[in-house]
Amino acid sequence: MSEKKQQVSRRQFLNYTLTGVGGFMAAGMLAPMLRMAVDPVLQESGHGDLTNVSLAVEDITTDPQRIDWKVKQVDGWYESEVNRSAWVFKDENDEIQAFSPICKHLGCVVSWEGSDEYPDQFYCPCHDGRYYKDGTNVPGTPPLQPLDVYEQEVRDGMLFLGDAVPREGA
Amino acid sequence: MLQKIYDWIDDRIDITPIWRDIADHEVPEHVNPAHHFSAFVYCFGGLTFFVVVIQILSGMFLTMYYVPDIENAWKSVYYLQTEVAHAQIVRGMHHWGASVVIVMLLLHTLRVFFQGAYKKPRELNWMVGVLIFFIMLGLGFTGYLLPWDNKAYFATQVGLEIAEQVPFIGEQLKTLLAGDANIVGAQTLTRFFAIHVFFLPGALFALLAVHFILIRRQGISGPL
Repeated sequence: MSEKKQQVSRRQFLNYTLTGVGGFMAAGMLAPMLRMAVDPVLQESGHGDLTNVSLAVEDITTDPQRIDWKVKQVDGWYESEVNRSAWVFKDENDEIQAFSPICKHLGCVVSWEGSDEYPDQFYCPCHDGRYYKDGTNVPGTPPLQPLDVYEQEVRDGMLFLGDAVPREGA
Repeated sequence: MLQKIYDWIDDRIDITPIWRDIADHEVPEHVNPAHHFSAFVYCFGGLTFFVVVIQILSGMFLTMYYVPDIENAWKSVYYLQTEVAHAQIVRGMHHWGASVVIVMLLLHTLRVFFQGAYKKPRELNWMVGVLIFFIMLGLGFTGYLLPWDNKAYFATQVGLEIAEQVPFIGEQLKTLLAGDANIVGAQTLTRFFAIHVFFLPGALFALLAVHFILIRRQGISGPL
């Protein structure tokens, strides 16, 4: 017999076969487990519908007012109504602005003129984060991005809000 | 009687060498506080392990009452705290022990660091120790959510936002931890429970085994 034919011995062949079959079986067991664990990451995040927040457009002032409303939330097998909040006002161009009150630093809740020391600003009490009236963060305070903006629509003179999304180029 | 049982077993499967190999070895004089009181610093590693054992045992018993469900988690903790005999003590051990573990771990790390005991040939064991430290932090982080009270919820909220700051994979990492892209809720609680009770302890046992085997193979570092 030539050298070539003996390159793979019976022992080697069986080793490779067993390793291959073992690896295949291990992969067959682990693949569904891993896929199960990462499923939330691969879920398409669906954009929620806009909700009537019970605020007539004519009632929106140039001074930010906090409004609260409820949306239906589906968390896996658990469905519930959750509270949402926004700071809503009309800016100098008479356009409606609806900001999320969630601080972009570490997620506390900001309020308009929440500190006497900083009038005309949104203020976060957790780490003194501040935002100007247009929602942009005051440089030198903890937040590094402007407040998120709610998707909005006006239907029949009522304000409808959707999800809060980060601003472009933030 | 006990001796007879032992002999009967030993006769058949020869267990004496097994436990001798594990338990019967000399403690060098320089790490024995009976010889040099300052050698108490060598106890911190063992104390860490001792508290870890308490954590495992108390945690096992806590799961007899705890449910990782957002409707019932807080209620089950409240129930065991107020209605179950001695459960307050067991949860107290788990609650305070979680902090004591971190303290002991830090003291142990400081001792190893300032004695230079991590140097060749023990670098590998230092690395394993650092991994154990991360596992412990993970256990603390995931365990903190389980009572499902306000402090737990918002601490997790903040922790997840910190995870989100990781470059490039931050958002995926947050979703992977929380089980949902936006909600800290039912799926977060079950996930954290699974990680706290199965995944991290499993990793911890494996790493502790390596940690101890390496100590045995390499011995305790010599006197300063």
